[in-house]
Amino acid sequence: MLDAAILGAVLASIVAAATTLLLASLGELVAERAGTLNLGVEGMMIVGAAVGYATAYGTGSLLLGTLAAILAGMALSLVFAGLAIWLATNQVASGLATTILGLGVAGLIGAPFVGTRLDGAPALKVPGLTDLPVIGQMLFGQDAFVYASLVLLAAVTYGLARTRVGLVLRAVGESHAAAHALGHPVRRIRTLAVMFGGACAGLAGAHLSLAYTPFWASDMTAGRGWIALALVVFSAWKPLWLLAGAYLFGAVSILQLHVQGFGLGIPSQLLSALPYLATIVALVAISALKRGQGAPASLGVPFVPDR
Amino acid sequence: MRKIISMAVAIAAGLGLAGAAATGALAAEKLKVAWVYIGPVGDFGWTYQHDQGRKAVEKEFGDKVETTYVENVPEGPDAERVIEQLARAGNKLIFTTSFGYMEPTLKVAKRNPKVFFEHATGYKRDKNVSTYNSKFHEGRYILGQIAAKTSKTGTIGYIASFPIPEVISGINALMLGAQSVNPDIKVKIVWANSWFDPAKEADAAKALIDQGADVISQHTDSPAAMQAAEQRGVKAFGQASDMINFGPHAQLTSIVDNWAPYYIERVKEVMDGTWKSTDTWSGMKDGEVVMAPYTNMPDDVKAFAQATEAKIKSGELNPFKGPIYDQSGKLVVKEGDVLPDKDILSMNWYVKGIDDKVPGK
Repeated sequence: MLDAAILGAVLASIVAAATTLLLASLGELVAERAGTLNLGVEGMMIVGAAVGYATAYGTGSLLLGTLAAILAGMALSLVFAGLAIWLATNQVASGLATTILGLGVAGLIGAPFVGTRLDGAPALKVPGLTDLPVIGQMLFGQDAFVYASLVLLAAVTYGLARTRVGLVLRAVGESHAAAHALGHPVRRIRTLAVMFGGACAGLAGAHLSLAYTPFWASDMTAGRGWIALALVVFSAWKPLWLLAGAYLFGAVSILQLHVQGFGLGIPSQLLSALPYLATIVALVAISALKRGQGAPASLGVPFVPDR
Repeated sequence: MRKIISMAVAIAAGLGLAGAAATGALAAEKLKVAWVYIGPVGDFGWTYQHDQGRKAVEKEFGDKVETTYVENVPEGPDAERVIEQLARAGNKLIFTTSFGYMEPTLKVAKRNPKVFFEHATGYKRDKNVSTYNSKFHEGRYILGQIAAKTSKTGTIGYIASFPIPEVISGINALMLGAQSVNPDIKVKIVWANSWFDPAKEADAAKALIDQGADVISQHTDSPAAMQAAEQRGVKAFGQASDMINFGPHAQLTSIVDNWAPYYIERVKEVMDGTWKSTDTWSGMKDGEVVMAPYTNMPDDVKAFAQATEAKIKSGELNPFKGPIYDQSGKLVVKEGDVLPDKDILSMNWYVKGIDDKVPGK
């Protein structure tokens, strides 16, 4: 029932499915570590998907499409930053508004492209390595987004923990008053962190519309932005746990489809709920192990300098 | 300052009233018709096709109608609010195009007896509520025959959405068609538990292909599965729209929903004052279920499919004609009998030969 060929294909699918989530949640993690909760991930992702597709379709270049998606995600994140950081509005409300705005704008941008298709980002082929049994396709047969997500993960992990920029960013997220007293431009730093989040969400959107399912359809993100948000909490704001969370979620969502295909008679509704159940169980386990204390102390609190 | 503001408000209100009166006068000449959609008009599937029907109405009647639509309306309390608003906005005919809008439509219809409602895929009617649906299972029977003739592995992959009668009767019709060609054919079913989630639909298609299915059929709304089949070099059937663009080498055919004839007819009846509450279940012979061109198959398979299509249109062939056995081997439809429509519309059992269980049963 489960031979090496299927196993290899399953592993490769899991990595691909997890990549969208990893990209989007990495960006959000950075924004949150700087103290800003941006619920606009879904909106920034879908705008990235739409603009990325439109650009790639118009220019014929997937690279330009990807860059445009990143810029589009950033542009929408600036709308959020303007409201939540510079006007100190409620972050939850502003984030939700950003998502709703993003879904609408993306539908508008994408409307002329409904029913068209692209050749998606090609998968890597390394002679010898890609054909390795079981792990070959997973490690050496993915598209560029997958490798980019891992490079980005390494950069964020290192950057947050080991660099001065990371230290300042974390300080702003833990206590914006103290960081402000030390002379750090709190709002500017938060804006940059939110923009990084927007860029990552845009890139995640591009992964969907340029590689995973290379076409445009309204609402094609189908709630993945919200899962990315949940994964940040799941990871206790630590990038490496984010990797574990995204791959766990990807694994359960792909495996449940295979279990159904084998016709084991397990109710599909239960199987469809599994990724979410697994996430909840893991969350509970993490907080029981006292690892859930990682929320930045100033998360969600607007900073107004003269207060 | 306050005076200026209050003056401005008064003027604005006056203008607003005048504006309302003006549009009211115009509206008296135009028939206002509204559609409520479950998905986005850009889904290139179910909702897209309903919207094509709406556009056909606009084209047919031009200045005589004014159409509006609300997309992405969740099934539940939101639906009732949206339908109520459309009724109050002066729409005389409202099409609600998803199964879950059934109760909200009926509730709003009770409160607005002068407005006509049309609910797609439901089974409850009222004085001012009609229901309409298409016999998609007629098309699925043909898909089954083509799949059985095309598949080399003997396994058809089926991406299903939710275990409701419409989807289950589709699976059964496909299987009966396939069995008419190859009694040993297998079908693998994966439930997406969603009508529209492109990435998940693609994942489901890949999982089925990995497990040996080489013809993919879908009852979800996006072209993702077709595209995945194209990438992997297997065959597939489109859903709701002609998806040949997404699978130039993969698509065998698509079941295309064509709502335009029904919509035009019903709008005309409201204009003529002849609208009545009806239950319409049209199929291939009415042009409501249309098969996209048969492609990527040998000529003999194509001719076979066309012959079946002609027989279904003439009424010579009914997909649910006996003998039909259920999974336990019990004879459900006797030789020569045909499964009554109401039993198709409430189907919650698989035919013999499907090696799986109906979810939740």
